[in-house]
This record gives sequence, C-alpha cells and structure tokens, in this order.
Amino acid sequence: MSVTKKFLYVNRKAPYGTIYALESLEVVLIGAAFEQDVSLAFLDDGVFQLTKGQDTKGIGVKNFSPTFRALGDYEVTKLYIEQESLDERGLTKDDLQEIVYEDEDDDWAEKPSIRVVNRAEMAAIMADQDVVLSF
Amino acid sequence: MSTLHTVNKSPFATDALLSCLNHCSDGDAVLMIEDGVYGALANSRISKAVQARAGSVTLLILGPDAQARGLNSDKCLSDVGRVDYDGFVDLVTQHDRTQAWL
Repeated sequence: MSVTKKFLYVNRKAPYGTIYALESLEVVLIGAAFEQDVSLAFLDDGVFQLTKGQDTKGIGVKNFSPTFRALGDYEVTKLYIEQESLDERGLTKDDLQEIVYEDEDDDWAEKPSIRVVNRAEMAAIMADQDVVLSF
Repeated sequence: MSTLHTVNKSPFATDALLSCLNHCSDGDAVLMIEDGVYGALANSRISKAVQARAGSVTLLILGPDAQARGLNSDKCLSDVGRVDYDGFVDLVTQHDRTQAWL
C-alpha cells in the first residue's frame, strides 16, 4: 500500500551563479519516479530560472532551462511562480518560457504548467504540503 | 587613480551591489558579473539606485553572463554597457586596483 503525499520544491535561487537551481531540477526528476503529488514553487530569485532566451555557450555550462519543458512528461504539471517576485525584478509573464503538459483527463489537451500566483496564494500553497524541499 | 569594482551576487539576494554603489568613487568602473548581471535589469526594485550612479561611474555587465541568463539589451538599463572577457581584462589593466564585492 502506498500513500501519496504532497511534495513542494521551493526554488529561490537564480540559475548558473550557484548549483542550487540545477540540483533542484535533478531531484524533481528523480522524485518523479515515486509518483507523488509534486508542485514546484518559484519565488525571489528563483523566478529567473524560468526566463526565456537563456544561452550559456559563452560561459561553458549546461543550459538546463529547456529541461523544465520535459517535466510534463513526468506528470509534474504545477509550476507556481510568484507575481510579486516578477514585479520586483522588472519581469512579466511574457519574459517566461512557455511550458505545457498534456492533460490525460481532458483528451490530452495541452495546458500551461506555469501558474502565476500572488504572495498570499503562494503562502497558502506552502502551508498545504506534507513535505517541503528547499533550494 | 581609479578602481574597478566587480559584483558577482544578485542584487535581490544580497546588498553587495548597493554597498558597492554606495562606496565607489566618481570615475570608477562597476562591472557586474555572474548573478551580478541582474543589477542591469530595467524597471526592477533596485534599478533607480543603479541609474543614480550612471553619470559618475562606468556601469558594465559581462556579456556572456548576461546572455546565459537571457538578459538581452532590451531588458537592461541603457546606462549599462557590455564587455566580453577580453574587455574584462582591459578594464583590469586600465584601473589601479580591482575590488571584488562578494
């Protein structure tokens, strides 16, 4: 008998400057094998992980931003991003890459994985989890 | 006599950039590298503090670090210039000292 728990991965670091962002994504992909109820939160500098137009050939490290688009295939379909964090950084939803998943309960319709929420909503999402992993 | 200042932390994560801007002298250069390049973003909560020094110090970002993070020119303050790695080396040679704000 297995119990499904709600897991939240909290991402608060920019990509590339530290290893946190890449390690978080690795853990999410590994954790996806356990078929839990997974959500990802992006707030503070974590919102920079989802921006489009990243091109790392000049700094000699892997550009892992396209990997976020594969999460839907692992049934990781809830990417919550905080509006206030975008605002503070001069960003809008248009600066983020498009990430979609296919909804098997709706004839495999493509739906957006990124859900912009406000700070109060983000707090409620955090408070609703069984397990919170921070990066 | 002038100083090249480097800042490698996101201005939204630490006070390194603001402290640098508050301590650098007129005629100095401030080069934002690694996560420091986010200091060049327009319309952010710190962009006014960056723009305030634009007339007195040379503000720069390291191009490859900005490109990696998707920071195109249209996302950045027009007051901030771009250099490549060779330009970074030139800046080091053109100033009397280099001060890193970690």
